[in-house]
Amino acid sequence: MGTQRDLERYAGLFSQRTRGMTSSAMRDLMAITERPDVISLAGGQPDTSSFPAELLAGLMSGVAAEASAKALQYSPTEGLWSVREAIVEVMAAEGTEVDASEVLVTTGGQQVIDLVCKTLIDPGDVVVAEAPTYPGAVPTFTAYEADVVQVAMDEHGMLVDELEATLDRLDAAGRTPKFIYTIPTFQNPGGVTMSLPRRRRLVQVAAERELLVLEDNPYGLLRYEGDPLPTLRSLDGGRFVIYLGTFSKILSPGVRTGWAVAPGPVYEKMNTGKQGVDLCSPAFSQFFIAAYFERADWREYVDALRDLYRHRRDVMMEALDESFGPEATWTHPEGGMFLWATLPDYIDTTDLLARALRANVAFVPGRAAYLDGRGGSEMRLNFSGSTDDQIREGVRRIGAVVQEQVALYGTLTGAKPAPRPKPKADETAARMADVLPLPARRRQAEGGTAQGS
Amino acid sequence: MSRVAVLKGGRSFERQVSLRSGARVEDALRRLGHEVIGIDVGADLVARLREAAPDVAFLALHGPDGEDGTVQELLEVMGIRYTGSRVSACVRTADKVLAKHELRDAGVPTPDWVAFTQTAFRELGAADALPAIEERLAFPIVVKPAGQGSALGVKLARSAGDVPGALVAAFSYDAKVLLERHIEGRDLAVSVLGGRALPVVEAIPNDHAEYDFEHRYEIGATEFRCPAELPDGAAERAQELALRAWEVLGLAGVARVDLMLDASTGELWVLEANTIPGMTETSLLPMAADAAGIGFDRLIGEVLDLA
Repeated sequence: MGTQRDLERYAGLFSQRTRGMTSSAMRDLMAITERPDVISLAGGQPDTSSFPAELLAGLMSGVAAEASAKALQYSPTEGLWSVREAIVEVMAAEGTEVDASEVLVTTGGQQVIDLVCKTLIDPGDVVVAEAPTYPGAVPTFTAYEADVVQVAMDEHGMLVDELEATLDRLDAAGRTPKFIYTIPTFQNPGGVTMSLPRRRRLVQVAAERELLVLEDNPYGLLRYEGDPLPTLRSLDGGRFVIYLGTFSKILSPGVRTGWAVAPGPVYEKMNTGKQGVDLCSPAFSQFFIAAYFERADWREYVDALRDLYRHRRDVMMEALDESFGPEATWTHPEGGMFLWATLPDYIDTTDLLARALRANVAFVPGRAAYLDGRGGSEMRLNFSGSTDDQIREGVRRIGAVVQEQVALYGTLTGAKPAPRPKPKADETAARMADVLPLPARRRQAEGGTAQGS
Repeated sequence: MSRVAVLKGGRSFERQVSLRSGARVEDALRRLGHEVIGIDVGADLVARLREAAPDVAFLALHGPDGEDGTVQELLEVMGIRYTGSRVSACVRTADKVLAKHELRDAGVPTPDWVAFTQTAFRELGAADALPAIEERLAFPIVVKPAGQGSALGVKLARSAGDVPGALVAAFSYDAKVLLERHIEGRDLAVSVLGGRALPVVEAIPNDHAEYDFEHRYEIGATEFRCPAELPDGAAERAQELALRAWEVLGLAGVARVDLMLDASTGELWVLEANTIPGMTETSLLPMAADAAGIGFDRLIGEVLDLA
C-alpha cells in the first residue's frame, strides 16, 4: 500500500482536463458553512418550505395512481411532451414565445451549461462571461478547458462597449469566442439587471459577429419591482441565443429539471450529447411537474415566492444600512436571490469569512466569482433562503466583524479610512441612488490597488 | 488487537482535510485487524468516548483544538492513551511564536520575527513600531496568524503598504500574529517517526511564472519530490535540524518539521512543526514514510504502537 505509488498510479490515469480541477482553501472554508449553528447567507437556496406538503402528497399519489409504470420508466431524451408544453407556458409568462418542439428538458439548468460546453468548446477556446460570474459555472468551464474572459458590469449589467472592445482584442489575436455567457436578469452573483438598450445591443453584436449567447435566466419571474424586460431570446428570435431555464427557483431545485431552447443544429448536438450523459432526465420528476402544471396554479406559487423574497430582500437592505457602515457598498437587486457587497480593498473577504465563521455566520467570498483572482474585497449575500430574523442577525454579525477590521486597519495606518464616495443621485431615479458600480469597473479606474490577492 | 477511536473532523477550518486523513487512518487500522470507532469531534466528544471506551485514541485532527493540546488534555483526564505528542509539547508547538522562541533559545535557526496581539495595536500603539520592524526584517515579510495550522491567512507583504492589510487578514484567524523574515528558497519538510528522521520532501510550485505565496498550498498547484534532490549534505543537515526541533519542543510519536533552504546562502531554517501531520493521499508524511520503505499501514501501525 505505498502511498506515493498509489497516488502516482491514479494520477497517471487522470485526464489532462482534471489538472484544472483543484481543491482550495476556500472550498474547505465553505464546507464549514453547513454547520447547523452557522447562519448561512452563502447558499443559493430557494425556500422550499413554502411549498405546501399536502399539494406534493396529492400530486404524487395522483402520479402513482395514474402513471406509476411510466413514472418509474425511462423517458424521451428531449423530455416529456407535457413538460415541454409547461415550459412553453413558463416562458410565455416572460413574453418569450417558443414551440414545445424547440425545448430540450435537462437535468437542472447546470446540465445546459455542461451540454453547451460539450457542444461548442475545444480546449483553449474562449468563453466570455460577466465579472463577477456565476461561481457554479466556473468548474464546468474549467472541466472543458475553456479560456474564460470576463467583462465588467455596472448597475445596468454587462458593459457591452467593453464586450466589443474585448471581442476586437481577441479578434486581433486571432481568437474568436465560441459563446458569451450571461445572466442578464437579477444576475448571480451581482444582483444587477441588464438594461434594455444593452440587451438590444448585445443581441446585435452577437448577430453581427455570428457568436452564440448563452442566456441563463433562472430568476426572471422573481421580479420584486420595476417593469419586466424582454429576454435576449425574444429579442433575437432564436438565431444566436441559447436559452437556459429551470424549475429550480419557481418550483423546486430538488426535481433537478431545467431546459434549453437552442437554434436547431445546436439543439441536435446538445440532444446527442445528453444521451451520452444520462439518456434522459428523471421521468419521476417530470411526471410530478406535469401533474403540478395540470392541477395546481403554478403562477400563484410564483406570486407567493415573489412576496416572500421581496420582503426578505427589504429586510436585508435595511439590515445592511444599519450594520455595514459607510465603507461598504452593495447592489440593489430588483429581483432574484442575491446581492453583491463591496468592502474597502484592504479587507480580504476570504479571510473575513474565517473570522465570520467564528461568529457563526457565512457568505460567499468574491473570489469565487472571478477566474483571475479579482473580487478579493467583495462578497455575495443570499436573502431568499433565510428567515427575517436570520437575515437581520446574520447581517448584524457580518457587519460587526467588518467594523472590527475597519477599526483595526485604522489603528494600523493611523488614519480613519474615508467613506467610499457615493455616486451622484440621479433625480429621475432617486431609488437608484444607493446602487453603485460593481467593483471590477472601479478597480480598473483606480488601478491595481488590490493587495494580498 | 486494540479498540481504537479515530478522532477526526471537528470545527476547525481544516475539517475537510482531517476527515480525509481520518478515513484513511480508519481503513489502515481495520486492515491491521483493529476494532475501529470513528468519531467526528463535537460537543458530545466526552460522552462518545465514554461510550466507545477505546484502548487508545488515534488523533487525525488538524488545526486548533486538535493540535493545540485541548483534546490531548481531555484524553489525559479521561485516562485514554493517545497517539502523538503530549499536552505540553502540543501547546508549545501549536503556537508558532512560542515554538520559535524555544527553537531560537536552543540555537536552532529560525527566521527572525516579531509577534503581536491585537491588543498591542489597539491599546499600546504598536503600529508606531511597524517601520522599525519592517527595517529589521526587510521586505518581503511573511505575515501569519500564530495558531493557524494551514496556510490560511498567510500573506507575503512586499512593501510597507501591504502590511496593514496583511495584518488584518492574519488577525481574522487568531488574536496573535507574527511578522517573519521571508526566506527565498526551497520548501522542505522532514517527518520524524518515533525519533527517526524520514527522507526530505520538497514542495515545488508548478507555476514558475509568478511566485504566489498562497498558490503553493493549493492541491494540484504543487509538485512533491521525495527524497528531495539537494546539494551535498543539505538533506542530512535538514534531518539533523528536524531532530533538534523534535527534541527541543519535546515531540513524541510522529511529527513534521517544515524548513526553508535559503537559495542565496544555502542555509537551512526551521519554520515550524506540526504535531498531527496530514495523512491524506497528497500529504507529506505518508510520502516520506513510503520513500523510507514504510508503507501506509505500517506507518499507521507504528504511530499507534508509539501512543
